[in-house]
Formats: sequence, C-alpha cells, structure tokens
Amino acid sequence: MAAKTLYDKLWDAHVVRSGDDGASLIYIDRQLVHEVTSPQAFEGLRLANRKPWRVGANLATPDHNVPTTDRTAGIEDPIARLQVETLDKNCDYFGITEFKMDDIRQGIVHVVGPEQGATLPGMTVVCGDSHTSTHGAFGALAHGIGTSEVEHVLATQCLIQKKSNSLLISVDGRVADGVTAKDIVLAIIGEIGTAGGTGYAIEFSGEAIMALSMEGRMTVCNMAIEAGARAGIIAVDQTTIDYVEGRPYAPKGDQWTMAVEAWADLHSDADAKFDKVVHLDATIIKPQVTWGTSPEMVIAIDATVPNPADETDTVKRTGMEAALKYMGLQANVPINQVKIDRSFIGSCTNSRIEDLRAAAGVAKGRKVAESVKQALVVPGSGLVKQQAEAEGLDKIFIAAGFEWREPGCSMCLAMNADRLGAGERCASTSNRNFEGRQGQGGRTHLVSPEMAAAAAIAGHFIDVADLETLAEGIEG
Amino acid sequence: MKKFTKLTGTAIPLDRANVDTDAIIPKQFLKSIERSGFGPNLFDEWRYLDHGEPGMDSSGRPINPDFVLNKKRYQGASVLLARENFGCGSSREHAPWALEDFGIRCIIAPSFADIFFNNCFKNGILPIVQSGDVVNRLFKACESTEGYQLTVDLTAQTITTPDGESFDFEVEVFRKHCLLNGLDDIGLTLQHVEDIKAYEVRRKLEAPWLFV
Repeated sequence: MAAKTLYDKLWDAHVVRSGDDGASLIYIDRQLVHEVTSPQAFEGLRLANRKPWRVGANLATPDHNVPTTDRTAGIEDPIARLQVETLDKNCDYFGITEFKMDDIRQGIVHVVGPEQGATLPGMTVVCGDSHTSTHGAFGALAHGIGTSEVEHVLATQCLIQKKSNSLLISVDGRVADGVTAKDIVLAIIGEIGTAGGTGYAIEFSGEAIMALSMEGRMTVCNMAIEAGARAGIIAVDQTTIDYVEGRPYAPKGDQWTMAVEAWADLHSDADAKFDKVVHLDATIIKPQVTWGTSPEMVIAIDATVPNPADETDTVKRTGMEAALKYMGLQANVPINQVKIDRSFIGSCTNSRIEDLRAAAGVAKGRKVAESVKQALVVPGSGLVKQQAEAEGLDKIFIAAGFEWREPGCSMCLAMNADRLGAGERCASTSNRNFEGRQGQGGRTHLVSPEMAAAAAIAGHFIDVADLETLAEGIEG
Repeated sequence: MKKFTKLTGTAIPLDRANVDTDAIIPKQFLKSIERSGFGPNLFDEWRYLDHGEPGMDSSGRPINPDFVLNKKRYQGASVLLARENFGCGSSREHAPWALEDFGIRCIIAPSFADIFFNNCFKNGILPIVQSGDVVNRLFKACESTEGYQLTVDLTAQTITTPDGESFDFEVEVFRKHCLLNGLDDIGLTLQHVEDIKAYEVRRKLEAPWLFV
C-alpha cells in the first residue's frame, strides 16, 4: 500500500462519494455552531423545510457577541442580543445542544470543543469560523466554512470538497527557554507569508511541535489560516490521548480502548510524499511581535521595524508603507521601544489555562504600567475561568492591575464592547492585526501571552527575559 | 442562487494586496441575522470618513473621496479587479453577500484566499484567477480608460476587453455547472442520500464512538 500523509488518511476515511472532476462528498463528524454565522443557515433550513441530518453531531455556544463584564442583566446592545437570542431559539427549535451564556461550559467554540472532548482525533470538524483549524491539533481534519456550508452540513452532514495539496512544515530542534507556541507559529507565517499555505492542508511536525502541550499545538494550528491554509494538522501521540481521556464527550470503556487503537495510525507514514516541505530551525526562533497589518509582518523582539525602501517588489513596498502609516510607526525603530496603550490576553489562539498560567507567571508581584489604559484577561471558557480561579490566577492578575473578565471572543474582533479606540496601540494575544480588527483605527501587535503581560507591565514591548533587568534598574 | 452566464460590466480596480474580509465588511455589521442589505457597508471603513454602525442610513454619511468605490467613473461597476490573496482572514460569508449586494458579480485577481473563493460560488459571484501580468494589464487599462468594461463569459470561460482581446480562465466543472444553472448544492447532495446512509453504516462499525 502506498505511504500516506496524515491528511490523506483523514481524507480517505471521510469520502462518501468521489465526483468526476475531483469534487468529493466528504462526511463531517462534528459541527460547532456560534451566533454570528448560523442564523441565515438555520433560516435556510426552515425555508426549505429541512431538518438537521444528525442533530447530535452539532454543538453550539455563543461567543463573538457576548459581554465579558457582568452578564446578569443580559446583553445591552439590542442587535447583539437579538443574534444571541436567535441562536438560543434555533438550537431549542432544532434540538441542538447549546451551552448558553449562563452555562459554566460556555466559551469560545474553539476552546469549548476540545475542552469537552467534542473534538476527537480522526474527526472531520467544521464551524462557520476560520479559526476552526485549531482542532487540527488533535489529528482531526478541521477547517472554517461559510454560512451556506454551515447550512449544507446541517442538512446533509456532508460537504462538497476538492482535496487540497499537502504541505509539511517541520520545526526542527528545540526552542530556547521563553519561546512559546505563538512565537513558533508567528515565525512560520513570517517565513512562508500569509498566502504561503493557500490551497494546502498544512501538517506541522518536528521536534519543537511535538514537544508542545495540546494548548500549544492548538495555538499553532489556530493560526494555520493566517498562513492561508484552511486546515493545519498535527499527528496524534500520547500527549493528545492524555488530553482527551476522561473529557465529557470522549469515548468511554471499550470504545475508548478501540478508539485509542485506531488513533495510533493518525500520523503520516515515514515515506509519505508531500507536495511541498518547509523546514524551520527552532533553535533560532526568538519571541515575536508583529509590526504591521498582516500577520506576516512580524519581527523578533530584538529587531527594528523594517524599512519599505529595502523592499524591491512594488506591491509589497506599497503594502509596507500603508501598514507603517496605519500603525503610526517609523522604519528602523527598535520594536522594544514602542509603547502600548492596552494589552489583551484572550481569544481562540491564547485563552486556555496554560496561556493564563504563563501570563500570570509574568504578572505575579508586578504592576501594570501607569501609562497603560487597560490590560484585559478574558478566559476562553467558563471552565477555564473556574480552573484559573481555583489556582488563584485571577487574584494575581487583579493585584497586578489587570481586569479579569467573563469568557468570549472579546477584543480579538471587538464585536462586543471590548475594543480599541482610534490610534490606540495594543499588545494582543489574538490572531489578526488587520486594520480595524480590534476597533476602527486600532493598532494591533500580535504577541504571546507572556509578552502581552510583560508589555502591560513595562508599558512597551519587551522580551520577558528583560523584565527582571528592568525592575533592577528601577529599584537600583 | 442567481445564475451567472455572461456578464458585460464596468470594471473597478482595487489596488491593494491581502484585502481581508474584515475590510470587506467590518465586524459590527455581522450582528445582522439577515442575508441581505450589506451593500451600503461594503468596505465601510475605507469608504466613509465616520464610523459606521448597523442601522445607520449610509446615504447621508461623509464619504472618503479618495477611495475607488466613491469615484464617479466606477459607479455601477460589476467586475472587481483585485490583487494577491484577496478575501483573506475571516470565513464570514457576509463578505460575498456585501459584494453581491453592492453589485459585484465577478472578481479578477492573481490569487484568492480559499474560504472566500469558495463562498463566492455559493452566492452567484465568479472569482477568476489570472496571472499577475494579465491582472496588471487590466489594472492599467481600467485606470487609464474611463468607462472600461469587461465581458466575462462563463460558458466559454473567457474575459474579453473592449478592444477585443480575450483571456481564457479555469473553473472547476462542478462549480461552473452550479453557477450556470443557479443550483442550490444542498439539493444536489441530497440526491446522494443513499451514499451518505451507507457511509454512516460502514463508519459506525469502524468508529462507533463518533456516533454516540
């Protein structure tokens, strides 16, 4: 039998029917649903007098629009409230399980799915959200879809798809201390560009990737879409199995044993052929900060803002100039001298317990700089929040001057009240630094949770390792 | 879905790479539970000088005269010329909804982001990939010729310029079929109900935990 990539294996296991021109019908095991991209899909079902094909394959929770402050009075914004109520009504009407806003299990779909064991190795997972690539961390084939396809999956449990090409990104060797999963994925995007993965399913591998926890792997796969790839996947190993075991939706008893046996095959065969292979040296990756308005505009913390004059490609140079103008930055300025107005720790990229522990580790015993208007910590789910509080992380953050909020997407895309004002600069653990993403005129710099916490304390971007020196300098 | 067969329309050049779906339709407009009405907010932050919110009457808002959508010569345009990686970022189908609502039925670019590309076909919009050279030439011709129109023929898979020059383009057979006939693909998939059921029976034996 020909050697297969992990992507081949996942694809082959889900083909219902192969079309003549390569467009196949693919079976979907899990659909995650949220309030923003589902109302029109449910409406379409109703208009066509259709029902969900397999109600139990769907799991819903509101996340984009929910307030992160006190929720006892409901949602103030009437349009956002209607959208969340519409999700509630649709889920009730069609019998879909939903973790509503007052449920401890509510949170960002891409945090909730894995946390519940609703994302399992070997599954196909979809959601009307581009960051569905997150779930690929479990050796699942997972990608974002539009609302028409949400409706298609609801109605048929399938999608019409053409197989992507395969791209192996191997991050070889181990990263240095203080270098996180976020730094790895930002470095990858810096290397291959925001369209480098377009048309591909990316498999992330190599020692540095396999050494990551599941939280770290989710951070990496989450941002596959920022490299243009709809899906990012990582092979299943003991780390995956240990994370999944015992979660509410995970298989139990004999089925667990059977599943673990089947999952042992969820890796690329040793001699599998990829359409493209990229190697990165993990040992030279440093903590990363984006400087522009695309995730590929990224540099190491000890570097300077690039100069468009050095770029020979006209379209790229124009893009760099526009980005510098929007970001209010000068070329050649050391990025660690750039001051911030706000810090945001949260989003489907970095709001899991490990992220909060890492940020709290930096914040502990320190204070947010007076020049920083706001430092927000938004846990990814009610259960993450509960866990963090059990560990006392909330107290560490609050004592340091951070705000401790309720779970949701929050300032990652600013659909709720959490947003940047025009011209405000933010150290953000989210995934997109697009113009206006965190609020019209807002300036986003993507960083790890550790650096977002450190920047809040220093008042400017800083290598966490330099925080100590800074404190000594002040005291001495 | 609206059919797409042959279109002759004014072209409008959006000279910017990596245009993301947040720019095409900003997040505040995603709170709508409707599928239509997004056209006035297409490229909202580039198009207007004030901050737009859902429910605002856009007709009285101050416009950005420098933005290409506001130039008089491009009014009524239906063919959008764009640069690399158009439609990157969020999977929001509100982006093609806004483009379609505004009147755009065809987008020509050197490359598109995957999810956006796919979403276009579900909404009667034809995204066409052309080489960077061809796109450059179309940009130049469009910017230098007022009232520059292109004819896009899906059946023949050609783009024709006003002076009769013609470029071929590729499109997947199934997508072409759906677009030419305005077909809803849920209906098409449901023609294969027996295949789906047979798959489920087979899969349940291999991986019963997926069906709990």
